[in-house]
Amino acid sequence: MSARGRWWGLALYLFVFGFILNLLGIVTHVLVSAFAKRWFGTPLPAAFTTQWFEYAWSNFDLGRVLGVTVFVALAVVVLALMLGFPAAYVLARRDFRAKPLLVLLYFLPLLIPQMTYGIPLATTLYRYGVGGTVAGVILANLVPMVPLAIFVLIPFFEQISPNLEWGAAMMGANRFQVFRRVLLPLTVPGQLTAALLILVNTVSNFELTFLVSGAGSQTLVVALFYNAFAGGVRPVYSVDAMAVMYMTTVLVLLLVALRFVRPTQMVFRLD
Amino acid sequence: MSSRAAESSPAAAGTRRLREPGALDTTAIVCLLPSLLYVLVMFVYPFLYGIYSSLRPAQRAGLSVANYLAFFTDEWQYRTVWITFGIAVPNTIVVVTVALLVAYGMRRGIRFERTITTVLVLPISLGVILLAEGILGFYGGRGWFNQMLLASGLVAEPLTLTHNYTGVMLSLFMQQFPFCFLMLLGYISGVDPGLENSARTLGAGPFTVFRRVMLPLIAPGIVIAFALVFVMSFGVFPSAILLGQPAGATRTIAIAAYQQAFERYDMSYASAIAVVMGLFQLAGLVVIILLRRRMVTAATMGVGKR
Repeated sequence: MSARGRWWGLALYLFVFGFILNLLGIVTHVLVSAFAKRWFGTPLPAAFTTQWFEYAWSNFDLGRVLGVTVFVALAVVVLALMLGFPAAYVLARRDFRAKPLLVLLYFLPLLIPQMTYGIPLATTLYRYGVGGTVAGVILANLVPMVPLAIFVLIPFFEQISPNLEWGAAMMGANRFQVFRRVLLPLTVPGQLTAALLILVNTVSNFELTFLVSGAGSQTLVVALFYNAFAGGVRPVYSVDAMAVMYMTTVLVLLLVALRFVRPTQMVFRLD
Repeated sequence: MSSRAAESSPAAAGTRRLREPGALDTTAIVCLLPSLLYVLVMFVYPFLYGIYSSLRPAQRAGLSVANYLAFFTDEWQYRTVWITFGIAVPNTIVVVTVALLVAYGMRRGIRFERTITTVLVLPISLGVILLAEGILGFYGGRGWFNQMLLASGLVAEPLTLTHNYTGVMLSLFMQQFPFCFLMLLGYISGVDPGLENSARTLGAGPFTVFRRVMLPLIAPGIVIAFALVFVMSFGVFPSAILLGQPAGATRTIAIAAYQQAFERYDMSYASAIAVVMGLFQLAGLVVIILLRRRMVTAATMGVGKR
């Protein structure tokens, strides 16, 4: 029995190892291809070059795309935190009859796939003339990111003892001062966690941005999709070069994020 | 704890009343209002308007179900429902089963846990587009995977793994397995190991422990995993385009809705397809939750009989 258990354990580790190897293979393949001069069916390309990065930069208008991506991501982080912070405070501290309903409402944009509500949302945004603009992309991305901010912040508020607020109020602080001097400084770790999760999610969020963005408001991942889809027209190496630039952006953000965030928090969905 | 503290504090009289369910003071309402308004205006309103607009086809005046009739009578369109089920159902079963096996095997803690979870988070953070681009290269006709197969002599000709059904399944598995695994691991490692030890002491074998002790305890987690993976797979869009045949074998319902909206500019029809997609996702959720009810009842009945 114990021998069977050991084989079982080995099989599990082999599977996880295989999955990771497979993942690294996929990522490395993109990386090697981006630096290849030409690459046909050999283990490694014969010659390496960086020309595809210059090609991608000038042909895909990447300076502008990167600018839009950074602007959208930062705007979404700031706005989602501003909208979500007070709501998270109330949901963490108060109990009221409509609370389960409210939690469900905030939860829906995270649960329902973006393609399902993205099409009516994009239609609405286009009807009011914001569709296709950078503002439209920000507004659309906020729909899942405000709830994300709320659900990430709630446990951080729950950790702060209400006695601190009452104490401050006893000392004569008004509500604004309690907020500014007590709640804001004490939830800095929570704000940081939420900001990083929103940042990574916004940069890599495809569906909503894809449905709402126009020619001048594409983010990096949407531009990558269009060029990958036009694979036959673009040299595959240049698309891979762009993919590497996207990957680097996300990985840098991820590395920063993982200094403050547990990896399992990145899959935040339920609980 | 906090409510007891409130009772003993001098400011309790006012505060405690507010803490009772049902009462919300102005501050709380002011705090909730911005985000609530945002969700109502940007999520609920477009959703409801989408349903309304799907019932108002462009060609005729007044309310009608013409869009839905058009969808369910046009084979090119209603076929997408079967195609999507054909992708989502097998993918959900495979992803949850494999993730459950692996997570269950690792419930006592893993070696290199932080490294493994970090690497598993990669595909989630990198996003589906980069993954698709990588799979196109790695599993493509001239990619490393086929090179290895050819070199090892397992196949005489490269396998076609991209631009078809297999490609979409590969991409969905890569995307959803880590998510599902980490979620189930959270549920399973939350079960008190003492329960399993007691069952073993009382003579239960590993399989009995799983079936009689662990499965009933982690059933809610498994149901949630099934539901989430199914709903996510049913909305499959970018990988069905990049790795599949968007004009044929993997033309999913999301692609149909997108084409109607942004290639034909028929927003009313597109909304109808989006509503159909949402209803099927809802139906999937309901079926999974009902199955779970029956499963739990059966388990309790079994215990009762003994």
